[in-house]
Amino acid sequence: MAATKTITIDPVTRIEGHSKITLHLDETGRVTDARFHVTQFRGFEKFCEGRPFAEMPSLMARICGICPVSHLIASAKACDELLAVRIPPTAEKLRRIIGIAQVVQSHALSLFHLSSPDLLLGMDADPATRNIFGVLEAEPQLARDGIALRKFGQQIIERLGGKRIHPGWVVPGGVNNPLSQQDRDAILAAIPDALAIALRSLAWFKGVAEKFADEAESFGSFPSLFMGIVNDDGNLAFYDGKLRFVDGDGETVADGLDGADYAEFLGEKVEPWSYLKSAYYTPKGYPGGIYRVGPLARLNVAQNCGTPLADEELRVFRMLHGRTPASSFHYHHARLIEILHCVERMEELLNDSEILSTHVRAEAKPNALEGVGIAEAPRGTLLHHYKIDEQGLIIWANLIIATGQNNLAMNRSVLQVAQRYVRGEHITHGMLNRVEAVIRAYDPCLSCSTHAAGQMALQVQLLGPDGAVLDEAVR
Amino acid sequence: MTQSGDVKTLKIDGRDLSARADETILDIARENGISIPTMCELEGLSSPGACRLCLVEVKGSNKLLPACITRAEEGMEVTTNSERLVNYRRMIVELLFTERNHVCSVCVSNGNCELQALGQQVGLTHVHFPYRFPKEEVDASQDRFIADHNRCILCTRCVRVCDEIEGAHTWDVMGRGIESHVVTDLHDAWGDSASCTSCGKCVQVCPTGALSEKGRSVAEMHKRRQFLPYLTMMREGHE
Repeated sequence: MAATKTITIDPVTRIEGHSKITLHLDETGRVTDARFHVTQFRGFEKFCEGRPFAEMPSLMARICGICPVSHLIASAKACDELLAVRIPPTAEKLRRIIGIAQVVQSHALSLFHLSSPDLLLGMDADPATRNIFGVLEAEPQLARDGIALRKFGQQIIERLGGKRIHPGWVVPGGVNNPLSQQDRDAILAAIPDALAIALRSLAWFKGVAEKFADEAESFGSFPSLFMGIVNDDGNLAFYDGKLRFVDGDGETVADGLDGADYAEFLGEKVEPWSYLKSAYYTPKGYPGGIYRVGPLARLNVAQNCGTPLADEELRVFRMLHGRTPASSFHYHHARLIEILHCVERMEELLNDSEILSTHVRAEAKPNALEGVGIAEAPRGTLLHHYKIDEQGLIIWANLIIATGQNNLAMNRSVLQVAQRYVRGEHITHGMLNRVEAVIRAYDPCLSCSTHAAGQMALQVQLLGPDGAVLDEAVR
Repeated sequence: MTQSGDVKTLKIDGRDLSARADETILDIARENGISIPTMCELEGLSSPGACRLCLVEVKGSNKLLPACITRAEEGMEVTTNSERLVNYRRMIVELLFTERNHVCSVCVSNGNCELQALGQQVGLTHVHFPYRFPKEEVDASQDRFIADHNRCILCTRCVRVCDEIEGAHTWDVMGRGIESHVVTDLHDAWGDSASCTSCGKCVQVCPTGALSEKGRSVAEMHKRRQFLPYLTMMREGHE
């Protein structure tokens, strides 16, 4: 009798949302297929129907407690399109600041709180201590830095938006309160420390990354397209710009794409085994149009960061891993470079002569019946697309979330890691953890991407061809 | 008795107080800094005694009486804050929350809502009754305002202000019991109403986010209703 088996990792831990992984093994114990299943469903696109469009930014921000600001921005930009207004320049700059503050805090959460236990303590470390508390014990300064960096981002969000989670400050037409001089000065005063932490963390990461050369080889190391927004200079951008696709060799595949035309080049496929849709670049078909978004993709599509310290780090990054690094292990490093860039950019924006202007909102009634808002969220490109009726009520909404765009790549990465590390019938923690760790490298947010409800946890089952459970590990 | 017939003396929560004969228990309580929760009542409008939040105990009566429409009587002994009253009030607020779809976090009136404030005032932490989750309409047909029936608690302030102050009587109540709804004209779309003057008084007196100005985002609807007592006073002065 053929002894093919299925291993299920359910739930996957230290990520944002609920999911499981199944690994299919043949009779010799080799992994033949792997799937990353997102098991939560939410339905935001449906239940916003009939709501007044002006409620959308805050309603959509409820998709996620980690990156509500990104949803606020993409949603408010879609609403700006409905109003058909150009928002005041200061409002745009303030939105940029809160957006990159969000990137800093979210990246800090991903790298320090969720992934640093693997990186510092090792993939095979005891799961009982392989967490942020273990990090705190082994290297207190690193843990403190991570917490401080997240606090830095969160407190800027609170100063601007009134609260750290789900601020209602970003509204159609701009923002609803100007920045006070006191808050501006307080944020500026915190910047030198944040810069020092970003640089210290980069130095630490480059040190430990050498120990993971083997993992880097198999953590989603394959050629694929990368997509991200770039500004007019072709540099890293989070708030505004055109979309660019590059391939695994760094060659530009498409450039200057308008987010509003996304339907012309982005497709979404539904697989019966996951609530998470798989996005692909339609000119290359499914699944050939596999592309990645997020920190690594943004650095791969951008010419430069556009700020001095981050550009220097980007130069080192490219020297170490090539112009277009293919392994998703490098998402971690890219995340740190982006943190550095965001802190530098924030200082620049806060010193802008217009930043304290009180003209921060354009008022209008809806002048268009359809609007698309696009922005770079911490995890990648985020798109909100709304249609309204003549009275301003939402009749249709579509959201394209970063994690959905990484779905094909995550599945492929899980397979690659499993084929490299999973052998035989007995499951070890280190093996399972590597399969999870590659998912963590993408920092998926399943709550966002299924516009759904839940948490991510891990169960692995080894099934015989008759469905009998041969081995099982649950956390 | 030497006491004038125009002045009544009574006890509220053990305090000896005096009142004019035309004053309600609520009036006297407010004059003397005694807090009684209210919802449908609004200074400047008539009181229907509908929401029952201001129920008080009166010695000698088995029934609980609404303070907003019960006149002071000589020798009355009123209790405003017994355990029984506190429990009933919390229950009433819970029932208000279950009737329609109140989602504070994404409401235009979040932070400025009388229902939300009342929930905090009566110590509401959980709702012990099943929610009804009715399918309710959002009427955005009016040029400047939106009526979201998900957030309506049927206090009828809009009906009274439109009738008593603006004199348009655009708003009224349709249906009975749990099926009741406020409607404009003969249940026409608000935007099609021939009687509505678009004055916005209904929006300003609405205690929740049910009536709001168009284009407001979450927590941006601040109701302004200082005008109401002045309008009433001026109107009465000129009649």
